[in-house]
Amino acid sequence: MASKGIRDRVAIIGMGCTRFDEHWDKSTDDLLVEAANEAFTSAGVAKDTIDAFWLGTMASGLSGMTLAKPLKLGTKPVSRLENLCATGSEAFRNACYAVAAGAYDVVMAIGVEKLKDSGVSGLAMAAPPNDGTQADLSAPALFSLLAPAYAKKYGVTLDQLKEVFTRIAWKNHHNGALNPRAQFRREVSKEVIAASPIVAGNLGIFDCSGVSDGSAAAIIVRAEDAPRYTDKPLFVKALSFIAGAGGGTNDPDYDYTTFPEVTLSGQDAYAQAGVTNPRAELAMAEVHDCFTPTELVLMEDLSFAERGTAWKEVLAGTFDLEGELPVNPDGGLKSFGHPIGASGLRMLFECWLQLRGEAPPERQIKTDKTLGLTHNLGGFPGECVSFVSIVGSHPSA
Amino acid sequence: MSGILSYGTYLPHYRLNRSSIAAALGGPPAKGTRAVASYDEDSTSMGVAAARRVLETLPDDLADLYFATSTPAYLDKTNATAIHAALGLPAEVGAYDMGGAVRSAVGVLRAALSSTRSTLSVAADIRTGLPGGEDEREGGDGASAFVVGPGSDSHPVIAEYVAGGSATGEFLERWRVPGDSYSHRWEERFGVHALLPHVGKAVAAALAGAGVAPDAVQHLIVTGTHSRAAKTFARMVQAKPEILTDNLSATVGNTGAAHPGLLLASALDVAEPGAVIALVVLADGADVLIFRATDALPAHRASPSVAEQVPGGREVAYPDFLTWRGMLERQGPRRPDPQQPAAPPSLRTEAWKFGFTGSRCRDCDTRHLPPQRVCAKCGSVDHMEPMRFADTPGTIATFTVDRLAYSLSPPVVAAVVDFDGGGRYRCEITDVDPAAVAIGSRVEMTFRRLFEAGGVHNYFWKAKLLGTAAPAAAKQGA
Repeated sequence: MASKGIRDRVAIIGMGCTRFDEHWDKSTDDLLVEAANEAFTSAGVAKDTIDAFWLGTMASGLSGMTLAKPLKLGTKPVSRLENLCATGSEAFRNACYAVAAGAYDVVMAIGVEKLKDSGVSGLAMAAPPNDGTQADLSAPALFSLLAPAYAKKYGVTLDQLKEVFTRIAWKNHHNGALNPRAQFRREVSKEVIAASPIVAGNLGIFDCSGVSDGSAAAIIVRAEDAPRYTDKPLFVKALSFIAGAGGGTNDPDYDYTTFPEVTLSGQDAYAQAGVTNPRAELAMAEVHDCFTPTELVLMEDLSFAERGTAWKEVLAGTFDLEGELPVNPDGGLKSFGHPIGASGLRMLFECWLQLRGEAPPERQIKTDKTLGLTHNLGGFPGECVSFVSIVGSHPSA
Repeated sequence: MSGILSYGTYLPHYRLNRSSIAAALGGPPAKGTRAVASYDEDSTSMGVAAARRVLETLPDDLADLYFATSTPAYLDKTNATAIHAALGLPAEVGAYDMGGAVRSAVGVLRAALSSTRSTLSVAADIRTGLPGGEDEREGGDGASAFVVGPGSDSHPVIAEYVAGGSATGEFLERWRVPGDSYSHRWEERFGVHALLPHVGKAVAAALAGAGVAPDAVQHLIVTGTHSRAAKTFARMVQAKPEILTDNLSATVGNTGAAHPGLLLASALDVAEPGAVIALVVLADGADVLIFRATDALPAHRASPSVAEQVPGGREVAYPDFLTWRGMLERQGPRRPDPQQPAAPPSLRTEAWKFGFTGSRCRDCDTRHLPPQRVCAKCGSVDHMEPMRFADTPGTIATFTVDRLAYSLSPPVVAAVVDFDGGGRYRCEITDVDPAAVAIGSRVEMTFRRLFEAGGVHNYFWKAKLLGTAAPAAAKQGA
């Protein structure tokens, strides 16, 4: 990839994140106001200080006015973006570029989604008028396609994989239980997870991320301006994004044990940030655990584990909160919940807390490493968009 | 010499055990089974299935496609056009419905046999009635198709049409008001009274025209809308049991418009060259067609045969049968209703949606499903040619069972299919026991009605496992 990156040219100076939940009593407007105000307070800036806004929402509103109206932004520019489940990350990426380009001094990236007003189970997106030939499979079914392919390729039984999936869900619930902003704040036993009703393939209810409402926001400035706002800015080391061409769904060479888009965007991000051994260099990673097999495969695609070995690493606790490389210390999509447009910024929010030492003590990662990674994916195996960011608490030497 | 050039039949995968009706509703248990169209089949899709088995190549002089059914998927709009599209027939071949009455099917065959050019005649039906009634129990679902015409070296006549006879009357024996989901019948003995005189006249006319004596008939097929009248006729003419073609009432049921063709096919499956076959159909009068098998028949019998399809696949539970036929509305998942297919995109993608035609890159041979303009491998633009995958078997690369997706018959089974020779597509698998699916399973494509939304039938293709039911020979469309 020919991305040059904007390493250390911009920094986050404040963030906000609502609790992710079934917010029956809060509207999209309410969630936006809450996340934005928390971010303003966090950065110590007034609303009017922000020069421009990037709003990410998949389906909770059209146009920048979705944000301008509830926040009463007057005449500020607001872009509205959508890139499936990576929508929040996409808002952040574009906001960072605008600052790096010198177009604005202070910008906000904010994501929101109000899923629980639809009245249906899981996600529901209306497609454009079409010829009716696309099989309308549910999201868990599409991601469950990974399981038999992975099992076959690496000689693992589906029962063993189920144990791995259960371990991932158990870990993320364990982490989420320590997080007051998470949708699900209770530990769930492996027995309950493993016995949950099957939704698709060998995935049960507990292998699926939480469907919820929420919003998260970040305020971004040029790196050299950051000290004016905070002692502890979070520097943006890498931003990589790929919109897949849908090859896997139509290419017999794709084997459904990997997301090639993730592998490539990960490599690109590591190159931008100068990371050569992510497993050793990262303090933590927030990854897109929409379904448990996704997290398993991501461990290999992001080079946290060798191909065909992530299932063993998961069982060995490598990615636990106290493990070698904590993954989803905030509970992930699984336990924190997944309001689409907000999720990418929620992942950055955990980096913001952890790398600044501000996570609650019971889940603060004790490490001298300074880098965090977020990975946000939209679509499904074979046809996906993938975003990877690396942020750090210190400027590079 | 005009006659039958080719024939094919289709019986759906599912069987209803008639005893399950009484088990649910009470009453004495009935014997045997009936064939049941799956929730994703209708008369049009079954017509496609039978027609796909008719010919490896179509005769050059194919003029028209006629489709007869008493259960048309659409009114006003022609249903034969969907069959035409699914077969990939040239636009200049006409496609017409002969809809409404059961008798239309034999009428189509009569008309086709008098044409000077080749005709594809397709009949399909889904027959049922109110729960617990005779029509529900004795009916069956299926399809039959024939190419008839003058014949040629490449498409020889396999059964010569010798002569026919017909007699028509107007009386209320069986009828249905448009929109009703079941038929009305008059008292059973009245039907015998009304129909039998017509049979006598039609048979006499046919035999006289054919110049054959009654005892020269080696295969006698008697069928129609009134089983007691048919039985009475067979007894009256003292037909020897060994010449009577099994009417499949114990196993398949009466498939309405499809049934005369289904039984004729059953006779053609076994008839020796030179054998005289008489088809007698009792419906709003009577029609008799007399054929003589030719020397070309043994080399051109249909595959699979009717007998091979009679056992069928899996049993359908009676509540599911009622659900599939719209007699029992059940709670669906908490998911959005399926979207109505839109007309303009469906027209633009007609070859894909109805014919499962993708594209092949002329530069690097990469196959694309659905068709693309830009090659995914070599990037060349507009160097594509159409490539039909409907008749290409494939192998499952991975699969899932979706218990959340909308379906009249959950769970949805879906797989990623790699087609022989290249090309991949993710689609539903139908007529399947989820436990029977594995990576590496072999599949073939089948034309189905995915769902109906907003009054539009959403036709498209699904995969089904090869080797679980009577296999369809891999045949090439146009």
